[in-house]
Amino acid sequence: MITSSLIPCGQFKTSYAKDTTIFDTPVMRAWAVVGVLALIAAPMILNNYYLSLLIQIGFMGIAALGLNILVGYTGQISLGHAGFFGFGAFASAWLNNSFGVPVVLAMPLAAVMTTFLGLLFGIPAGRLKGLYLAIATFASQFILEDFFARADWFSGGSSGAAANPVNLFGYDLSGDKGFFYVVLFWVVVMFLIGTNLLRSRDGRAFIAVRDHYLSAEVMGINLTKYRILSFGLSSFYAGLGGALYGHYLGFVSAEGFTILMSIEFLGMIIIGGLGSVAGTLMGTTFMVLLPEVMEGGVGIAKTLVGGNVGWLAEGLASIKQASIGLAIILFLIFEPDGLVHRWRLIRSYWKFYPFSY
Amino acid sequence: MSGNLLFQLLLNGLIVGTLYGVVAMCFVLIYKSTQVVNFAQGEFLLIGAWTCWWLVVDAGLPFWFSFPLTFLFMMVFGIALQMVVLRPLIGEPIISVIMVTIGLSIFFQAITKWIFGADVQPFPEIFPVKSVDVFGLSVQPAYLMSLVVSILVMGGFAWFFKYSRMGLAMRATAFNQQVAQSLGISVKNVFAMAWAISAMVSALAGVVVGMVNGVSGALSFFGIKVFPAVIVGGLDSIIGAIVGGLIIGLLENFAEYVDGQWLHLGNLYTVAPFYVLIIILMIKPYGLFGTHKIERV
Repeated sequence: MITSSLIPCGQFKTSYAKDTTIFDTPVMRAWAVVGVLALIAAPMILNNYYLSLLIQIGFMGIAALGLNILVGYTGQISLGHAGFFGFGAFASAWLNNSFGVPVVLAMPLAAVMTTFLGLLFGIPAGRLKGLYLAIATFASQFILEDFFARADWFSGGSSGAAANPVNLFGYDLSGDKGFFYVVLFWVVVMFLIGTNLLRSRDGRAFIAVRDHYLSAEVMGINLTKYRILSFGLSSFYAGLGGALYGHYLGFVSAEGFTILMSIEFLGMIIIGGLGSVAGTLMGTTFMVLLPEVMEGGVGIAKTLVGGNVGWLAEGLASIKQASIGLAIILFLIFEPDGLVHRWRLIRSYWKFYPFSY
Repeated sequence: MSGNLLFQLLLNGLIVGTLYGVVAMCFVLIYKSTQVVNFAQGEFLLIGAWTCWWLVVDAGLPFWFSFPLTFLFMMVFGIALQMVVLRPLIGEPIISVIMVTIGLSIFFQAITKWIFGADVQPFPEIFPVKSVDVFGLSVQPAYLMSLVVSILVMGGFAWFFKYSRMGLAMRATAFNQQVAQSLGISVKNVFAMAWAISAMVSALAGVVVGMVNGVSGALSFFGIKVFPAVIVGGLDSIIGAIVGGLIIGLLENFAEYVDGQWLHLGNLYTVAPFYVLIIILMIKPYGLFGTHKIERV
């Protein structure tokens, strides 16, 4: 967690206000705005396949940002994020199906429900840290998985629950093109809230708890409060991401939210960069594209070898899973600060090319 | 009838519990000597069982020969794993170490599934009889063997840590790495040895379970069941691991009995240990036998 200590060369900060700005330079802010505008225009150019990938990156990225607030900023390890993600998906479908709450409202409401669940499961976090917390959340993952399979009234049990498409002012937003804007809206909102929160007093308290919990306590930060708060906050993000996921697929199955998904979320933030909002998006993009790249790679291998490559095609699911594990291991060994660190290095290299440093 | 069923289940629990105990012991061994929480413990069982299965079924070697061969392979595998993956991470934050073992876990799960397929493969019959009567209850001979082997392993561990040179070095390292190093103990070797022994003994458990239930990816679930066991027993206590394993094994089967007789909830069998885990963490996080110095807020 050494990230964000590296400042690109040629930048000097002379006031606290400058130190806490989201974008270091006006050019970066302009690029961010251009990026969002480009995404708004994207559905006119891209076909449904690319749009579905972007949508996936969107809702996974929201949930991953929540996990990054918990793990990267507060230093609490959670192995049960997929459980909360799933709870959000089921809660939104349940609110819509059982009480007729419109989907647009059901999604944030489901996120609030997940927050309360997260606060409940965060109670051990008030007492435990590090390894013990990891094991406790590991257990909560299995308890939640079991709950989804069992609670017929809530999740439809083993048969799963149907989730209605998003409908706003009579416009049907169920297709990839329509849903893309729903996800984009929430991504922009949640990332803005996230970045602004992290430069507020509470955000600094999170970082203090992560960096040195004893000093933080001496400075008057209530450790238990902030640990549980961080859990609740990360669950809110997970719940919202899950709700988007549910309404995008139109069907929520109890089998989807396994420990493997929790590991993928952790993989996203580790590959992207712990304690970095931009890194979260990079890691999510990496993690969503990795299986697709693997699939493409297997396809290319098939045409190269030609004919008898049944063992390759059969192993596709295993190859995807193995590549996730391998990516996590390799990143931890060779680039523990994640993609965002690599990106900063590249940027500072080109800044004064060819005379950087 | 119902009493008999309970007795049978408890006997099952005892046998499975000793196996949990053995795997938990391996887990504690790694944690104690190298401070690594090994989420890939279940994959050691999986790889060991598949290796032995492959040697017996595909390579056609006799069981008594392939069994030691599996051990040898797992020793090399454990050492290699420690050297290649874990050594660069010494001194890194705890999340990195946890994540790298989790990464290893899903990597090996995927690889074994790719190589050997997702189906359950039965082990060829090693024992001539189908079941043995113990106090009027029928028990599979492989289970009996597992009980005997587990007890032997536990005895072996006790001897190893009490009298052998390497065992003493490992205990010294677990107690204090710097002091151990200054006394001339090669901490590097101790780390590698811990992983090697852990992999070998886990593989033993894997082969035994594979003989009874057949070999499949489900074996890696043992690695998950290890967590309740070690938390109940105390994360850094070998005796605690054995007791914890027994408790979890008995609890599982008792939960199944209660569920089947009265509650009819379904798979209480699999989740009950995790509820226990959370409760133990809340009230007694250092477990029954663990040292009381863990960090609490």
